[in-house]
Amino acid sequence: MVLRQDKVHISVRNLNVSYGGLAVLRDINLDVPARKTTVIIGPSGCGKTTLLKSMNRLLDGIEDVKIEGEVLVDGENIYDPAAEVTLVRRKMGLLSQKPQVLPMSIYDNVAYGPRIHGERDRRRLDRVVEDHLKLAGLWDEVKDRLHQPASNLSLGQQQRLCLARGLAVEPEIILGDEPTSALDPASSQNVERRLGELKKDYTVVIVTHILRQARRVADYIAFLYLGELVEHGPADEVFSAPKDPRTRAYLTGEIS
Amino acid sequence: MRYFLDRSARRLFPLLAGFPGFVVLLIAAGLFFRSRAIVLTRPLSKLLFASAWLPSKGEFGFLPFIAGTMYVTVVAVILALPVSLLAAAYLSECAPRRLRGLAATVIDVLAGLPSVIFGVWGVLVVVPAVGALAGLFGAASSGYSVLAGAVVLAVMISPTVMHIILEVFSSIPASLREASLALGATRWETTRRVVLRKAAPGIIAATVLGFSRAFGETIAVLMVVGNVAVIPRSPFDPGYPLPALIANNYGEMMSVPMYDAALMFAALILLVVVIVSNVLARRVLVRLERRAA
Amino acid sequence: MTAVAAAAGTADRRLARRKRADRLFRGLGLVATGLVGGVLLLILAVIVWKGLPALNLDMFTRTPRGGYYIGREGGILNAIVGSALLGLGATAAAFFLSLPLALFLNIYRSRTSRFATFTRFSLDVLWGVPSIVYGAFGFIIMAALGLRASLLAGIITVALLEFPIMTRAMDEVVRLVPRELLDASYSVGATRLETAFKVAARQCAPGILTGVLIAFGRGVGDAASVLFTAGYTDRVPASLFQPAATLPLAIFFQIGTPYPEVQQRAYASAVVLTVLVLAISLIGRSFSRRYRKTVVR
Repeated sequence: MVLRQDKVHISVRNLNVSYGGLAVLRDINLDVPARKTTVIIGPSGCGKTTLLKSMNRLLDGIEDVKIEGEVLVDGENIYDPAAEVTLVRRKMGLLSQKPQVLPMSIYDNVAYGPRIHGERDRRRLDRVVEDHLKLAGLWDEVKDRLHQPASNLSLGQQQRLCLARGLAVEPEIILGDEPTSALDPASSQNVERRLGELKKDYTVVIVTHILRQARRVADYIAFLYLGELVEHGPADEVFSAPKDPRTRAYLTGEIS
Repeated sequence: MRYFLDRSARRLFPLLAGFPGFVVLLIAAGLFFRSRAIVLTRPLSKLLFASAWLPSKGEFGFLPFIAGTMYVTVVAVILALPVSLLAAAYLSECAPRRLRGLAATVIDVLAGLPSVIFGVWGVLVVVPAVGALAGLFGAASSGYSVLAGAVVLAVMISPTVMHIILEVFSSIPASLREASLALGATRWETTRRVVLRKAAPGIIAATVLGFSRAFGETIAVLMVVGNVAVIPRSPFDPGYPLPALIANNYGEMMSVPMYDAALMFAALILLVVVIVSNVLARRVLVRLERRAA
Repeated sequence: MTAVAAAAGTADRRLARRKRADRLFRGLGLVATGLVGGVLLLILAVIVWKGLPALNLDMFTRTPRGGYYIGREGGILNAIVGSALLGLGATAAAFFLSLPLALFLNIYRSRTSRFATFTRFSLDVLWGVPSIVYGAFGFIIMAALGLRASLLAGIITVALLEFPIMTRAMDEVVRLVPRELLDASYSVGATRLETAFKVAARQCAPGILTGVLIAFGRGVGDAASVLFTAGYTDRVPASLFQPAATLPLAIFFQIGTPYPEVQQRAYASAVVLTVLVLAISLIGRSFSRRYRKTVVR
């Protein structure tokens, strides 16, 4: 589980998710430590993305979805009916597999979040846009064309733009759903490096099916198989001495 | 034998494929040919912008009819667009799947109803309502008016407009909405700032198609619009759209000289307007389709 | 109030405002949707309210006596038979043009060939032509062929009207036939013609049928195209060259009369026409839904 010296940021308790009667996640209990990178691995279709999306309540909009259990962020259950969804989501930034740039300029993409939450001052917005584009490592490439449509950027640049956009609302947690699998190797490396640098200040949860990527970036590993959380612990422990035979089988490539 | 059939088919089919294009040309040519008595003898500007309509004296000013058609059509689009857009946005972004299915059926049924049926409804329900409304405003109106025509037309084009907008909405990937929601935006904010923006060209195309459909609609409007050949000054005034002109007067066509040419010319105007707007709108939609693929 | 609390207060107010806007959107959206559904119900209700009392056996079995506009006796048999003959004739005529064309566009030519694109473009144009223009054109053809207002002229005109609608509907289903299915047919030595008609058409049969139904519904309900061309009469047409009454025109011509018996005929026609078109619409939809489930993928 979580090493004693690490504080717990997100705590998933007895989470059960099913779509139209089909169970996708069963009895998930997972603690995500703060300011560390937790990587969720497992064969495709086993519920990794569902687990990720349950953390920022993006499952809410899906038809026929049934969610039981709790997800505590900083001790508060985000599925409590009194919880304010927009504020919950604001705490987390999402990076999707395929970069989804909003249909507006580069500037407006990054400024989108702050504007939604009430920021109107132009100078402050300029600062926010610049700071976060720098954080995502995109500033130098776009600083001369901030008001051009974001769709003109290359895929790798778009993904970094999505990162900047997600960071601009000042979340505490970054969620990544296979954030590099749609990118070419150079851009993948770039995005991975960025996420590595952000780790110091943010809690990062990434889903990936690339084991080598997991080895590179993970502090903690959670192995999800057929909707069950099979194993969870510090990365070097799980990789060198997995406790469950299924984990071992996945790590050696027997099951994929 | 089989190969003979196949080969003949291969030779016949291109002819068949040319048929639609051929028909378009034939219609345009036919209408032009039959209207040449007035088109070739009077300057186009006089025909389109003069407002004196006295066929027995040989005066054919189409302005009242063009104005009538524009008035009715524009008001219809103004009435139909907000409701259609709002309903489509609600159905696409907020409504449960079952409601969406039910709505799709309702839209299809409405779209298939014959024009006369809308006309009957218009006469029985809309005309008295407009008459009463006019009374509220202090205007005297029998109810047979531009407004009545616009309301009936709005109801008739809404299903088409909604159908297209719904298709455009559904071509926008869910992950785009998710990206906005993940930043903490509400459904309304996501719809307004992201979805509508992305759908804007498609919405415009749908509007143009609705306009085009309303422009050419005949029977339903005819039954409620009053059919008085003056330029309408208020929505409570009667109007006389081009299609109604043609439909109402085909009986007199042969008795007054050049009347038939005038009516054919009216049909030609309709054809040109409708073709142009249709083509523009389809172009936009095709480009959208290709981009989404 | 401390600065933090004040800031928190504004933030709360802002959030409340955003949520109010969101609720307003949902409310208005629901109202707009209800409006659309409500209008349909209103239209159907009015038609039924006026038409149902007018329906009786006589209505269906007798033609109007004493002239359709002022004759106080008789029913709408003329319009029913006229519409049936006209609709079936026009739909059949359009079918023999539409099906080969739809098959041709998808099987003999690749989807993106310039010829196919041009043809589809023309079909789009034809699809948008208002029915009154078809009526005027039909009138021109009548004059050119020396026809008078008759069933035949009406059939020609409505066939032209239905043709783009039917072709487009068929095109949309035929284009979904998977390439592999066609290849499977070619590989056993079938010609293109045989593949087109025996494999592709059979595969899409329900979709094709839906296209036919949609076009039929449109053709039978249209008034402007038959106004000049099919004429009107209170008799059942005995030949192609006699004028034919149609349900839409029965409504249109008879609803404005001061004679209630004549008006009854108009309302009866309205109910019959509405029920007919509704039935076609719903049957067509259920076909296409079932089709989507059984298609070979």
